[in-house]
Amino acid sequence: MTNFINTLGIILFATLAYSTPLLYGALGSCFSEVSGVVNIGIEGMMTAGAFTGTVIAYFTGNPWIGFLCGGLAGAFFGMLHAIATVNLGADQTIAGTAINMLGPGIVIMLAKVMFNSTDTIPLSATQKMPKLFSGLFDTATTFGRFMDNVFATYASTYLVFIAVLIVWFVFYKTRFGLRLRACGEHPQACETLGINVIAMRFACVCISGFLAGLGGACVTMTLSTQFKPISIVGQGFIAIAAVIFGKFRPQGALLGCLLFGFCSGLKVVLGGSSGVNMHLISMIPYVVTVIVLVLFVGKSRVPAANGKPYIKAK
Amino acid sequence: MTKNKSFLDIISENRFIHILLSILLGFLVGAVFLVIMNLSVSAAYGRLINSVTSLKGFSYVIVYSVPYIVAGLSVAFSFKTGVFNIGAEGQFVVGSMAAVCTGILAGNLPKPVLIPLCFLAAMAAGALWGIIVGVLKTKWGINEVLSMIMFNWIAFYLSNFIAGIPAIKNDGSAEATKNISDNASLLFSKDFIKSAGLAPTANWGFIIAIIATLLVWFIIEKTTLGFELKAVGSNKFAAEYAGINVNRSILTALAISGALAGLAGALQVMGMGKRISIFTSQEGFGFAGIVVALIGCSNPFGVLVAGLFYGALMYGGSKLNLEGVPTQLINVIVGTVVFFIAISVIFENLKRFKSRSNRNAEAAAIKKAEEKEGNKK
Repeated sequence: MTNFINTLGIILFATLAYSTPLLYGALGSCFSEVSGVVNIGIEGMMTAGAFTGTVIAYFTGNPWIGFLCGGLAGAFFGMLHAIATVNLGADQTIAGTAINMLGPGIVIMLAKVMFNSTDTIPLSATQKMPKLFSGLFDTATTFGRFMDNVFATYASTYLVFIAVLIVWFVFYKTRFGLRLRACGEHPQACETLGINVIAMRFACVCISGFLAGLGGACVTMTLSTQFKPISIVGQGFIAIAAVIFGKFRPQGALLGCLLFGFCSGLKVVLGGSSGVNMHLISMIPYVVTVIVLVLFVGKSRVPAANGKPYIKAK
Repeated sequence: MTKNKSFLDIISENRFIHILLSILLGFLVGAVFLVIMNLSVSAAYGRLINSVTSLKGFSYVIVYSVPYIVAGLSVAFSFKTGVFNIGAEGQFVVGSMAAVCTGILAGNLPKPVLIPLCFLAAMAAGALWGIIVGVLKTKWGINEVLSMIMFNWIAFYLSNFIAGIPAIKNDGSAEATKNISDNASLLFSKDFIKSAGLAPTANWGFIIAIIATLLVWFIIEKTTLGFELKAVGSNKFAAEYAGINVNRSILTALAISGALAGLAGALQVMGMGKRISIFTSQEGFGFAGIVVALIGCSNPFGVLVAGLFYGALMYGGSKLNLEGVPTQLINVIVGTVVFFIAISVIFENLKRFKSRSNRNAEAAAIKKAEEKEGNKK
């Protein structure tokens, strides 16, 4: 029993830690897609955030400044995507593909120049994202250890859950959110009602980049201590998958991210001990996603104007 | 007022010139980064050009470009038929794994049997990967982008799993499969390579890539099937109204696109790779295929040229280290090229700029004339 509770605690810890970066990315993806702009550049924006976050945290010694700058780096690439897709009416998939090449290309090149290696220098304990509530629980008891594993987790994890609430509130309880959703459904109608579709979408894509950048910074500042070219390998795409899985709603994306995070957590725990093949275990999240989609979720309703450039009528 | 097309008119209307301009701008942005990093632009670009223009260098470029061309054809075909095959990556991986398994397990078969068998196995595996996604979409309405991303990863781990099976795994300590049998190899004979001074991995793959290009062009442009697929791609509802079975078309398109990506995987391992290592991250041939298809305007012949260009950048880029330049410069250049292709509307607007300045000039002339008239009065 003690063993079971311990293992459960570790799995829950890993689930939360692994879903956090995905959730930032997924919230970002939500903003962009719901406003009507396909953003497959999340991956590139996360890579930019991962590098910038660690480097700034390393040089300033302050994880929070690093974290914020990671977001800003993501927002910069978000802005590039916005200029291309919103202002110039570019094909959103092509522009996103470009961002996915530019983001990693630029930051890995900078890493080479700054550190003479594609990896950055590992962060010290004080430069990493701090854990909240550590030392609050008595780890001598089984229950205390469980609580310590689950609740004494990174500040960025607490933040992202608050962010999910905020995004949900913004989307469904504010005027801004209503307009945002309307822009993704019927931009022409919005324009006739005096909503500036271009400005709304521009802002949403930038916010999307900012959140994705935070997610990237999370990976290198919590799960690892340094940026490597393989720090962000597919998390951005998984985040997008979680959003489609969650039917383009933040609360749905939360479920999707927790599912992926849980499977990654399971992998970490099982991988060390059991005799099951690592590669087969790693496959679980993706197979499970497909099965869940077929059995329970089914068709995902894409925002009607998603992917279509909006060109203002003259 | 009719007149000959001006320089700006030509620039703003010709898609080919937009792409050339994008490539130029890509290298320009690359140069800016080189200057920022305090590196020599001429040394870097000189190395890039020198390394791909010698006979040996160019034969390397051709070898490198084969999988990019065929993966590019796969994505271009999907674009033409209205699906975005972001799953080419996974189809490429299962294709290469199928070819490797066939090339190892059936290694005793004679060359003329084994090589087509390997191709068939790879294309079947790739097509299967495409069809699964297609069935999920047509039967349960599951978003294909989502399931393709999932199946990319399933392919990735499946390949790693198969690479560890004793019958397939390398006998030595290498974390990779055995080498494929020589009977499955597409390499030119060693003597020929030596006497002609080609790259040691020079192989027949490029001929197959050209055949694939012609075939794709033929299917898209000259067959009823191609017409139906294009019709579904441009307007699903109109196609359905015209009596085309849309679901079957989507499945066919994904199967063909998947088979092409699988073939690309086979060409990679039967040409230069020989075996598959246990991956730590996705190799990106399928994603490169997206870029190649975009640069080639989804036109099969465009893709052929774009694949060669991409292969040249990849091979030349691998030599940039010798000048102390990070190889990632290539990704920045290619990323910029794709970005400008995405916003090539700005080139079209050049004309508007001109016509605006023309209009201003005309307006000024009219005003002058009016003033003159006024003065006369």
